[in-house]
Amino acid sequence: MIDRMMDRRGFDNFDLRFLGLIFALLGIGVLSIYSVTHDQGGPGLPFFAKQMLWILLGAVAFLIMLVWDYHRIARLAYPAYVIILILLAVVLFEGKTSRGAQRWIPIGPFAFQPSEFAKLVLILVMAHYYSKAPRVGWLQRVVIPGLLMLPGLLLILKQPDLGSGLSFMAVYAAMLLMVGMRSQALGVILLFSLMLFPFAWEVMWGSLHDYQRQRIMAFVDPNYDPGGKGYHALQSRIAIGAGELTGKGLYGGTQSQLKFLPEGHTDFVFSVFAEEWGFVGVLVLLLLFVALIWLSLEIATRAKDELGALLAVGIISMLCFCVVVNIGMTAGMFPIVGIPLPLMSYGGSATIMTMASLGLLLNVKRRRLSLFY
Amino acid sequence: MVTARIHDSELGELQRRLVVLRVGLLLVVALLGLRLWHLQIREGPYYRDLSENNRTRSVILEPARGLIYDRNGILLANNVPSFSLYVALEDVKDREALIGQLSQLIGIDPELVRKKLSIRAAKQLPRKIKDRLTLKEATLIESHRLDLPGVMIQVESQRNYLGGLVASHVLGYVGEVSAEQLDKPEFAELHQGSIVGQYGVEKFFDQIVRGMAGQKSVEVDALGHEKRTVVVDQPHAGDDLYLTIDARLQKVAEDLLGQESGAIVALDPTKGDILAMASRPAFNPNVLSRELTAKQWVEIVQDEGRPLNNRASQGQYPPGSTFKVMMAAAAIESKTMTPSSTVFCNGGYQFGRRVYHDWKASGHGYVDLRKALIHSCDVYFYTIGQRMGIDTMASYAHQFGLGEETGVELPSERIGTVPSTEWKQRVKHEPWLPGETISAAIGQGYVTVTPLQMASLIGTVANDGVTYRPRLVQAIMDRTTGQRQELPAVPKAKLAVKPDTLKLIREALAGVVTEGTGGRAKSPIVTIAGKTGTAQTAALRTGPEKDIPKKFRDHAWFVAFAPVENPTIAVAVLAEHMGHGGSAAAPLAKELIETYIKLGVKSADALPMPAAKAGAL
Repeated sequence: MIDRMMDRRGFDNFDLRFLGLIFALLGIGVLSIYSVTHDQGGPGLPFFAKQMLWILLGAVAFLIMLVWDYHRIARLAYPAYVIILILLAVVLFEGKTSRGAQRWIPIGPFAFQPSEFAKLVLILVMAHYYSKAPRVGWLQRVVIPGLLMLPGLLLILKQPDLGSGLSFMAVYAAMLLMVGMRSQALGVILLFSLMLFPFAWEVMWGSLHDYQRQRIMAFVDPNYDPGGKGYHALQSRIAIGAGELTGKGLYGGTQSQLKFLPEGHTDFVFSVFAEEWGFVGVLVLLLLFVALIWLSLEIATRAKDELGALLAVGIISMLCFCVVVNIGMTAGMFPIVGIPLPLMSYGGSATIMTMASLGLLLNVKRRRLSLFY
Repeated sequence: MVTARIHDSELGELQRRLVVLRVGLLLVVALLGLRLWHLQIREGPYYRDLSENNRTRSVILEPARGLIYDRNGILLANNVPSFSLYVALEDVKDREALIGQLSQLIGIDPELVRKKLSIRAAKQLPRKIKDRLTLKEATLIESHRLDLPGVMIQVESQRNYLGGLVASHVLGYVGEVSAEQLDKPEFAELHQGSIVGQYGVEKFFDQIVRGMAGQKSVEVDALGHEKRTVVVDQPHAGDDLYLTIDARLQKVAEDLLGQESGAIVALDPTKGDILAMASRPAFNPNVLSRELTAKQWVEIVQDEGRPLNNRASQGQYPPGSTFKVMMAAAAIESKTMTPSSTVFCNGGYQFGRRVYHDWKASGHGYVDLRKALIHSCDVYFYTIGQRMGIDTMASYAHQFGLGEETGVELPSERIGTVPSTEWKQRVKHEPWLPGETISAAIGQGYVTVTPLQMASLIGTVANDGVTYRPRLVQAIMDRTTGQRQELPAVPKAKLAVKPDTLKLIREALAGVVTEGTGGRAKSPIVTIAGKTGTAQTAALRTGPEKDIPKKFRDHAWFVAFAPVENPTIAVAVLAEHMGHGGSAAAPLAKELIETYIKLGVKSADALPMPAAKAGAL
């Protein structure tokens, strides 16, 4: 019998760095949320306090995902997927509407966003599938995983939640790239095209007339920018640019403090941070994210089995995608799609899900030393 | 073990591929960093600027214009609070939709709004769209505020003329500064929507009365709602004006003209104070100070009565026989005549092949200077005019202030015409004809004057040859110091005419009223001296006066001063198309002078100024 035992040792140096990076980012997030919402009244807890509550819940999820053997967790992938699909369907009929999209299931005073959790579940499903199924031919490598992903994707796009839908596809694409594709060449081409995407986007998008962009955006996501005038994008660019080298200081960001910047505590928290801390702060933040992902890649590289590596790859690609697209959209490189910045944007579901994913990552790392055959 | 090995090789392959992810990540992050560097460092100052402008809105705080009082402290123009509609362009998302909403709510002309919004001005200043909103309109807009981002209602003070039409030409009216005005240096500190004087004293003294606008910087949120006020630069109210006008006399003067067109000017010759300056028809400054539609404006401008014309300072009329006052002085001073030498008047004056008629066909017989003035003998003046020549005549006329600005504090004063050989050559490019001298000698032909000039002229005669510049403002109350600054009377000129000559003329003018053509000006309560005038408007006239269509009838003149012994008031009356000066104009002058004498007891110079208290408005 093959069994795997939990690494009995305490957190090693690697773990501490990993955890330190996570909490540094979480802390920056809470600070930015506090800065932008501290003067907002309203019923209930202030946003930053609620975010801290989410982080607490996220820490619990982190521990759960860490303590359980990831092989056991992966075995729950399909049932979890079914449950998520049901929840996504429920959202469509019973969900809470906000900004014209139905994404939330109210639970007491809070709202639960199944599409966020669907991302993690998809990673589990993909990793589980690839690690178990024989991979012969296109059908098994590409088509079947694609079909697995499709119902979730469709339900998410129906809400509509373009951001989560894109993350969904990104996870699928990354998995495909890593294990689904035989030819490395193809993978490299795909990756390069991904990397060139921002430039291509600039050229393509920039060459379009405003009304054409509006039409495209209205087609892709009719609810995000109801004014259709790029107001959010502009205000976000102004906020970031106004930060200049050293920023306007905490609470000094007029763009966010005076509500020119919409969604300053959620999707545009990066703009708030950039306005307050400037290019220096932004570089530090980017370094923190890169370091976190670098450590994660380290975990994937040293994973002792394929499931672990696949899980790591899925989580890394999801993180990367969200970070890059979120910052890219706030900086005006991408069209605005509703993707929160991992660990920083306010939001219960996203925070808990991200922390659970990172728990799973650490899980993969901590079990790599104690494999028994 | 076998499966494990297979999986191992798959795993190895996967882990090798991770390099691609690493490279990709670094590249993408580098791209992000570049983009952020571009935004924050290269374009940082530009965005910093944008964000600053985003934050604050400037709101102009319009100053209250200075108050205008008459010489006795009676309030003529004050300010009343009213609602103004402003639009902050930055907060407007859809301009056309807003214009539609506004015109629907308060019925404002969409074209007008469009025009106002497109006026170029400092970009962060809200544009004034409409003032004097009714309470209902203001309420309607306030209640739709959330649907009208960028729209603001401000309470501002609006000019209000308490007397309505009274003294409208003197006071003038106010209006929004025009685009052309804004380009001029004296309006440099103003902005679109600023109210400036557009006529009368309001215009002439605008820089004093205007005050200084304040500014309030408010931080607003994205919806244009005020969050807090950052800086307030309080507006400074304009200084108050104390006119020389006596509101009571002014009212009487205007009532005397009634529905007729014409002008009456009454001034104190010893100081130049204009006590009354009436011009009819008049306009309502309260209406003109409002925003007029193009149609309303055209109606006013094209009104045949030309109500916007201040006939007292801008109306140019042939002086007719009132010109003889100046002619008499010129005749003696130029040694053309001695006071006692006579001319025989048989009712006509033969010059070349033409006979110039006297108004009295039977003639006046032998007339000396005194008799010529009293009976307004034309032949006498034809004779002396012919003898002294047009250029001598012109030089004396200029000395008496004709063809010259009086210097009254009103915009666009006209100076009339004093013809001379040089003038005709310059203006008409023709040589002077001798016959034209004869017409000019009795104030016809090319000669034109304004009623104000005639009032000043007769005042100069009354005041022993000393001309004071006619003035409308006697004091200015400085709002900041609370000091009332008296403006000194300005002696403008001294006639180079012997006092005896002027005395002789004054006696003759007194005779005009007691025994001559101005008999209808004879008053039981005061001695009045004056001169009638009848200015022909059409060259060819036949038949009795009443058969002639009104617009071809003569203008009636009467210039007068009183009391004869110690003159304190000089009056010029011009009634358009009312016929003879003696019958149409003289009674008006008499009435006005009598009113002045009756009021005079009370209107001493040093009056307590009860109105000074109102300075806090």
